[in-house]
Amino acid sequence: MEHKKINPELGQLLNKWKDKEGNLIMILHEIQNHHGYVPRELSLELSKMLDVPLARIYEVITFYNYFKLSPPGKHRIALCMGTACYLRGAAVVLNEIKGILGIEEGQTTKDGLFHLDVVRCLGCCGLAPVMMIDNKVYGKVKKSEIADILSKYIKEE
Amino acid sequence: MYAKTVLIKDTDTTREDKTREAYTRLLDCLREDNLHDHVQVVRVSDIGIYEHGLVLKIYPDNITYANVQESGLKRIADSIRDSKVLEEFVFKPKARQLRLVLRNCGKINPESIDEYFASEGYLGLKKAISDLGQQKLIDEIKLSSIRGRGGAGYPTWLKWNFAREVKADQKFVICNADEGDPGAYMDRSILEGDPHSVIEGLSIAAFAIGASKGYFYVRAEYPLAVERINKAIKQAYDHGLLGKNILGSPFSLDLEIRLGAGAFVCGEETALISSIEGKRGTPHPRPPYPSVKGLWGKPTVINNVETLANIPQIVLKGGKWFSKIGTQTSKGTKVFAVTGKVKNSGLVEIAMGATLREIVMDICGGTLSGKPIKAVQTGGPSGGVIPQDLLDTPVDYENLQKLGSIMGSGGMIVMDEDDCMVDIPKFYLGFCVEESCGKCAPCRIGGFQMLNYLKKISEGKGEISDLPQLKRISQAMQKASLCGLGQTASNPVLSTLKYFEAEYKEHILNKHCPAGKCSHLITYNIIEEKCKRCGICFTNCPVNAIVGDKEKGYSVIQEKCIKCGRCFDVCKFKAILRK
Repeated sequence: MEHKKINPELGQLLNKWKDKEGNLIMILHEIQNHHGYVPRELSLELSKMLDVPLARIYEVITFYNYFKLSPPGKHRIALCMGTACYLRGAAVVLNEIKGILGIEEGQTTKDGLFHLDVVRCLGCCGLAPVMMIDNKVYGKVKKSEIADILSKYIKEE
Repeated sequence: MYAKTVLIKDTDTTREDKTREAYTRLLDCLREDNLHDHVQVVRVSDIGIYEHGLVLKIYPDNITYANVQESGLKRIADSIRDSKVLEEFVFKPKARQLRLVLRNCGKINPESIDEYFASEGYLGLKKAISDLGQQKLIDEIKLSSIRGRGGAGYPTWLKWNFAREVKADQKFVICNADEGDPGAYMDRSILEGDPHSVIEGLSIAAFAIGASKGYFYVRAEYPLAVERINKAIKQAYDHGLLGKNILGSPFSLDLEIRLGAGAFVCGEETALISSIEGKRGTPHPRPPYPSVKGLWGKPTVINNVETLANIPQIVLKGGKWFSKIGTQTSKGTKVFAVTGKVKNSGLVEIAMGATLREIVMDICGGTLSGKPIKAVQTGGPSGGVIPQDLLDTPVDYENLQKLGSIMGSGGMIVMDEDDCMVDIPKFYLGFCVEESCGKCAPCRIGGFQMLNYLKKISEGKGEISDLPQLKRISQAMQKASLCGLGQTASNPVLSTLKYFEAEYKEHILNKHCPAGKCSHLITYNIIEEKCKRCGICFTNCPVNAIVGDKEKGYSVIQEKCIKCGRCFDVCKFKAILRK
């Protein structure tokens, strides 16, 4: 794996936050926006930059669901498991996705194409059950449609 | 281009749909009046009104007629020609939405501060600063009796007053936009549809307590809301409504956004403070309350998005005006996100005191499937389930609490007969167990143990002694947990136990799930009379639990069946019986 460093672009973003109080979470957001996850090397550099122990950074990363420690797949599938979606059959859809891709929630497929996340409410309960792949929202998804939707992304490769 | 549009729909479901006939008749009438080139008639599949006969909506006049007889169509056509309103047909709904918080959503361009100005924007802030001053402002809020819309319903003026009375060199205001309740999205809609109203509310709060710094704590999962607030803050700075010496007064305020990172517990105010400080979002014991010792140890007022969006209007129109809306103890309106098995899911804003039935049946049109409502769940994972026979309860903070639920942030989930009252609390409790921060034992261990009991029951391994045990753990969690998450996590279990104990017992004693949800308690069988012996179930069964051939027919070996439901899904003749 390539060695990740804080590049100048990211450095600039971080400088903006460097001297503010309570900046750690916002800095982690910037890093994750930039890389898609929080690489360990960057946490090490961050620890020196902010003069806080690495353990403090990791305790925050691991507490919040949003931060990831490993690179995400090329396409992120976010399946909503909010109450409305659950009532309208999101669990069935989840099983179908798991079955087709052969992964559990929170995992990435071996080819790195898909990452499956179960999220709590995407805020469009009227469309339940809802699935989001990258930034595209699929509303009222049925179990029978999943294979078709996923195959579109596979064909693009 | 047509001058007018008429939407038409027959909403009477007890007889054959007459929309088409009425549509043709109306077109004829319009042709007689020579209006057919000016008026467009559209047949719609859902007009938002139910069981009121033939319904017509005329735009742009925004007239709604209901219970129209076919003979009345001619008169309606004439009235369109003469630009008159036929009072006798005008629809008078029993329950009417009252949009105070959502007044601008969808009406103004949320990215334009000028449109907000045109809709009385920032006049509340101006009045607060130039006419009222701190004491009178808080008095006005006290008079309005508005209570926090985030869940607990704490009087807003009290929070402000506490923070105001504390002497400190620095005070903070925070807008809690960490809307984590799965199934509620009113805060998101307000932030995306009318961000300036929240900024104005927060500025007024800051002025009231003397804070010079404010934060928006927003979920990172709401990128559009973040973008809109960012833009709105910048516009407010450009117009001198934020920054130094606002509106020429000594009052200064800086606002900044802080992102959440996907932790439900951070909606709790002390956890939220930890998170803004850049730490793990774990709650702290109260007192000291944040109004006294909050962010970085300074007095801090934290208000929910919906509360803040109410403030500018209260200031502008006066506390007395606001206190006339709602019930004795709960004033104003509340936005509910009505979702689940409901025909018209969406946001409903209604004066406090409306009944659940009005919200779910009259405004949202009842269940999607047409099946009877079994229960309505309010308050998200911290709330409870309210059975169908209590739907006539007027909604306010106290009434919901009496029923074992809470107002919460305003999620309202409708369930019909296909929903299992053991499965629902299991879902909510699963959520709370996952989101528990782990700091205090009652929540961490209690939640986990309760979830185990519920799993056991739904798998058909439950014992009757599990029920008192569930109640005992619930009570312990309510009493001993550190924060609201743990104290209320057992509400879904307690309320379903209270109203649907028979359903629990059915699971435990008869190993049967009446709703057909708990997969372990379902059996699949092939109905011989319906089976066409196509063999599709046989080829699709992943564990070879279906045996037989095209000659003799097929049957299910129950011991092998893993209840995946594959056969049920693939059968084209509905020959699989799920029970």
